[in-house]
Amino acid sequence: MSALGRRRVRSGIMTGLTVLAVVVAVAPLLFILGDLVAKGIGNLSPAFFTRLPAPAGETGGGVAHAIVGTLLMVGTACLIGLPVGILAGIYCAEYRDSRLAWAVRFVADVLNGTPSIVVGVFAWTWIVASQQHFSGFAGSVALAILMVPMVTRTTEEMVLLVPHSLREAALALGYPRWRTSLLIVARTNAPGIVTGALLAVARVAGETAPLLFTALGSQYMVTSLREPMAALPLTVYTYATGPYEEWHRYAWAAALVLILVVFALSLGARLALRRSSAFRG
Amino acid sequence: MTAVTPDVTESSAPARPRALAGRSWGDLVFRGVLTLAAATVPVLLGFLVVELWVGSAAARDQFGLSFLVRSAWDPVAGDYGALPLIAGTLLTSLVALVIAVPLSLGVAIYLTEFAPQVVRQPIAFVIGLLAAIPSVVYGLWGIFVLTPILRTSVFPLLQKTLGFLPLFSGPIYGPSVLAAGVILAIMVMPYIMSVSREVLLAVPASQREAALALGATRWEAVVTAVLPYGMSGILGAVILGLGRALGETMAVTMLIGNRHELASSLFAPGYTMAAVIANEFAEAVADLHISALTYTALTLFAVTVLVNAGARLLIWRVARGSGAGSKAL
Repeated sequence: MSALGRRRVRSGIMTGLTVLAVVVAVAPLLFILGDLVAKGIGNLSPAFFTRLPAPAGETGGGVAHAIVGTLLMVGTACLIGLPVGILAGIYCAEYRDSRLAWAVRFVADVLNGTPSIVVGVFAWTWIVASQQHFSGFAGSVALAILMVPMVTRTTEEMVLLVPHSLREAALALGYPRWRTSLLIVARTNAPGIVTGALLAVARVAGETAPLLFTALGSQYMVTSLREPMAALPLTVYTYATGPYEEWHRYAWAAALVLILVVFALSLGARLALRRSSAFRG
Repeated sequence: MTAVTPDVTESSAPARPRALAGRSWGDLVFRGVLTLAAATVPVLLGFLVVELWVGSAAARDQFGLSFLVRSAWDPVAGDYGALPLIAGTLLTSLVALVIAVPLSLGVAIYLTEFAPQVVRQPIAFVIGLLAAIPSVVYGLWGIFVLTPILRTSVFPLLQKTLGFLPLFSGPIYGPSVLAAGVILAIMVMPYIMSVSREVLLAVPASQREAALALGATRWEAVVTAVLPYGMSGILGAVILGLGRALGETMAVTMLIGNRHELASSLFAPGYTMAAVIANEFAEAVADLHISALTYTALTLFAVTVLVNAGARLLIWRVARGSGAGSKAL
């Protein structure tokens, strides 16, 4: 075989190996989703969504308390985290070169790389330690702290996608800056901002580590943020590591619900982004 | 948001010049609110550092930096050292990188260089879904599916072929450093893949074209022109993946076996910094115990900040302006 032939064969083999890498990389996703559906779907029933956990060892019961807990905590985290994150993101886009904007960008990146368990410890020393008890509120704060840097970065990115000419046109018409920013620039790319928010919600909805010693978890239907509170990811963890067969089956079902919620949010984020794709050059 | 401010633009004529001069009340309030929100972010980080610093004071006073190189962990005697935790964290992350780096690079190269246009987005999307799966779900799957498979078929095979290495010797456990490393590999792969893909996309087409014009095969073009150009960015992607792996908590906690010992082999149970915090923080009653755990969190935080800062510097060198670093988060 000629030298060129050998080189071509080698190129072909290496290309084949990269295809193999794709197959190996995609396989876990298929296995995980397949197992989740196979082991989880049989345990999904109306009772699973509406009832409280049965006493250990008994069958029946559900995770209504965890669903309510997750909704309450993630909702509260959104109320705290989204305004701060979105406004900070708009600030970074509006005053791009100010010293504060650089600091915010740098700090947001640092916080984004911070392990969520560390944020949990922070929320513990800040809120749980000073209040002397675990609470859903402490969990919400931990989740909000995780959301802020994510939302800040995506909001800035999205706002910057709006063409400069649009802003100039508004300013030239005599619009003050705040109206230009809010009613023209931010509104034009509202779908982009929504995308960032949804992605952040999707990520914190599945977070377990920062809730372990803030919200702590609970076996009861708790609707007060001042008390320890259950959450779906916490329930998956407790049930998966528990000793009972019955618990394991609930863990699979709860994980299936969790992943459906997370995927739905991610998908929603992508759809929202598609609506704003008109501004992507 | 700031809708309560008086509307200067549409009111009487004298208001107009003020608005044009950029000194309207609306603008002042607007800027004030934005600045306040923006300032919250650095303040939050400062507060986090202070809280961890103060919270770990008792342990830092008692053990100093020797905390990092001591192996004791005895809540009853109040004696703490983080060496096995640090070693376990590094070992699991290294295992993860050894598996994930070639895979993610292969995928990134395929997606930017070889793949037909139509499959590029779908494959990237599907692998991106892996990044969306919550850690605790990986842990669940790891406990009931991955670990049994590893213990019964993969580990014995590894021991038979690589058993002469100390890392692959000794009794085989299910929950182990290697099991945790494998699940970590699956978890960090999408991050390394997506950042290296951004980096490779940022390599100018002229690089490839030049190599191809000189008669290189497509693979030779990748090796001689594309990869060297993007090398520091790819290194950045790998280090970013390392940062992820170091701080990953739930899946590792559920798979590593949680034993306070320096793991002698990859088949033995171990512990990581994140896992010990996850397991012991809620139950810790002694102040020194909590303080030692906070000290561990502070160490973990410091390490991840350093690792991430390094990664970002490397990525910015190649993909300046493309936002590859922050997008991957």
